Amino acid sequence: MAIVYQRSKGLADIETHYCPGCTHGIIHRLVAETLEELGVLGNTVGVAPVGCSVFAYDYFNCDMQEAAHGRAPAVATGIKRVLPDKVVFTYQGDGDLAAIGTGEITHAAMRGENITTVFVNNAIYGMTGGQMAPTTLVGQRATTAPLGRDKSHAGSPIRIAEMLATIDGAAYIERVTVTSPANVMRAKRAIKKAFELQIEGRGFTLIEVLSTCPTNWGLTPVKALEWLNENMIPVFPLGVYKDITKEA
Amino acid sequence: MAKELWKGNEAIAEAAIRAGCRCYFGYPITPQSEIPEYMSLHMPKAGGIFLQSESEIAAINMVYGAAGAGARVMTSSSSPGISLKQEGISYMCGAELPGVIVNVMRGGPGLGTIQPAQGDYFQATRGGGNGDYRLIVFAPANIQEVVDLMQEAFELADRYRMPVMMLLDGMIGQMMEPIEWKKPPVSPDDLPKKSWATTGTKGEREPNIINSLFISPEACNAHNHRLEDKYRRVIANEQRYETNDTDGAKIIFVAYGTPARLARAAAGILEKEGIKAGVFRPITVWPYPYEALHQVAAQESVKAVVTVEMSTGQMVDDVRIGVNGVKPVSFVGQAGGVVPTPREVANAALKALGR
Repeated sequence: MAIVYQRSKGLADIETHYCPGCTHGIIHRLVAETLEELGVLGNTVGVAPVGCSVFAYDYFNCDMQEAAHGRAPAVATGIKRVLPDKVVFTYQGDGDLAAIGTGEITHAAMRGENITTVFVNNAIYGMTGGQMAPTTLVGQRATTAPLGRDKSHAGSPIRIAEMLATIDGAAYIERVTVTSPANVMRAKRAIKKAFELQIEGRGFTLIEVLSTCPTNWGLTPVKALEWLNENMIPVFPLGVYKDITKEA
Repeated sequence: MAKELWKGNEAIAEAAIRAGCRCYFGYPITPQSEIPEYMSLHMPKAGGIFLQSESEIAAINMVYGAAGAGARVMTSSSSPGISLKQEGISYMCGAELPGVIVNVMRGGPGLGTIQPAQGDYFQATRGGGNGDYRLIVFAPANIQEVVDLMQEAFELADRYRMPVMMLLDGMIGQMMEPIEWKKPPVSPDDLPKKSWATTGTKGEREPNIINSLFISPEACNAHNHRLEDKYRRVIANEQRYETNDTDGAKIIFVAYGTPARLARAAAGILEKEGIKAGVFRPITVWPYPYEALHQVAAQESVKAVVTVEMSTGQMVDDVRIGVNGVKPVSFVGQAGGVVPTPREVANAALKALGR
């Protein structure tokens, strides 16, 4: 019998703590497969965030460091400057990257830090129980916005991919999602391209992945995918926002 | 070797490079900006990394990443900036990462002043960030000692896998003195390998993980007790202090950094007035040399112990712990950038003697 699918060597053989229907699992797999396919697993150092993916250091089968909340790009900078030949990535959620860590991610991009960031945006603080994130949609309910995010009080969601694409040091910025097999394939291509550009030494790369949080959104996994497609994508349009390989 | 004239801040940077430090991350702040300035020019020449970060928070987290990757690494700042680094210092202690942090203290609280002070003693010796942890804290009083201890700081950081802080008042950072360069304790070319560092598995070992998260209470408790055991070893092995003319003295001044020099001048004034005074100077303020201080204070000749600080009284708490009630302990100090005069210090001793 032919094996058509198996666990990536880039993932440790343990159960994750992620909720049923959460798309972190898919995104982990895409990163792990990429590292395996590029043959760099033994040459990679990853940085885990604080948030739902805080235990990512146990899930990826490569050397890992756990960073303080929002500081992963600074930790990754320290690693990459010491070990410029290693592949260095951060895996961060929207609370980590788009709230407390905006300074660190912005300046990593500004320096053209030769690292890859996988930015998982699910429009909510998942680990702490569904509080409003900087990426929460206007009107979307959260435990700290019980009547829904009020634009006049809490502003509108921040668009990280668009913001970082304005920075010269950013080499490749794309926003993808994983709500369908086709989208998963596109997300994989984006993540792989980002790591390839890092290996070529082209500068800072970030892939924003729109992700679901069925638990804190109060939806079934399937409804959560539909909600993402219908509500998040209009606010966070998919696409390539920066690609230095396409620039003259 | 011939003596050379060096400014404190530049000497500390050069000492780090000579000790094999090849990685510096920092952010400008007075009165320590000569350290990043010196590093920006000389660290690349030594084949190392200099990077000016966007904040002190980023700098200490870069130190965390670099230390986790196995580098001999440091950062420096002054009081308000050191406050910002406390998060990262706590994480480094939790993840057991070596590194050296220089604090060239200025007056506080808040923005305070850019003039020299010693108001960060509690923060340095009690752990300024969250959780149960300690730093080895060196408090040099002259620039020769700055450079000697700076080289040793990296050794201790590596040996115990914990951050070491160099606690200088701004006076030491800004003044110039003749120094002699000594050989570092370990050659930079012969540093011990760090098998725990994240340098890539090369497919030859299980992944290394640098981490301070222990989610189960039992695991976190065990981790804390393991750290406690390490700190006990540090307490047993790394206490440093100096005594000057303390044998048979009537007055014992206790001071670290610049005030220790003032205290010696004050002791000279008292000597002329017929009162024998000596100085007990902690060189490590954590671990604090409690027992050594106790023995000095407990001498029959001693009538009073006078603590001198450029603060409103912080180390005096440790002095009271060490003296433990065997002799009266009093305090003299000025804060916020004002330095006590030797006469003022001598008068405090006279007052302690009831004169």
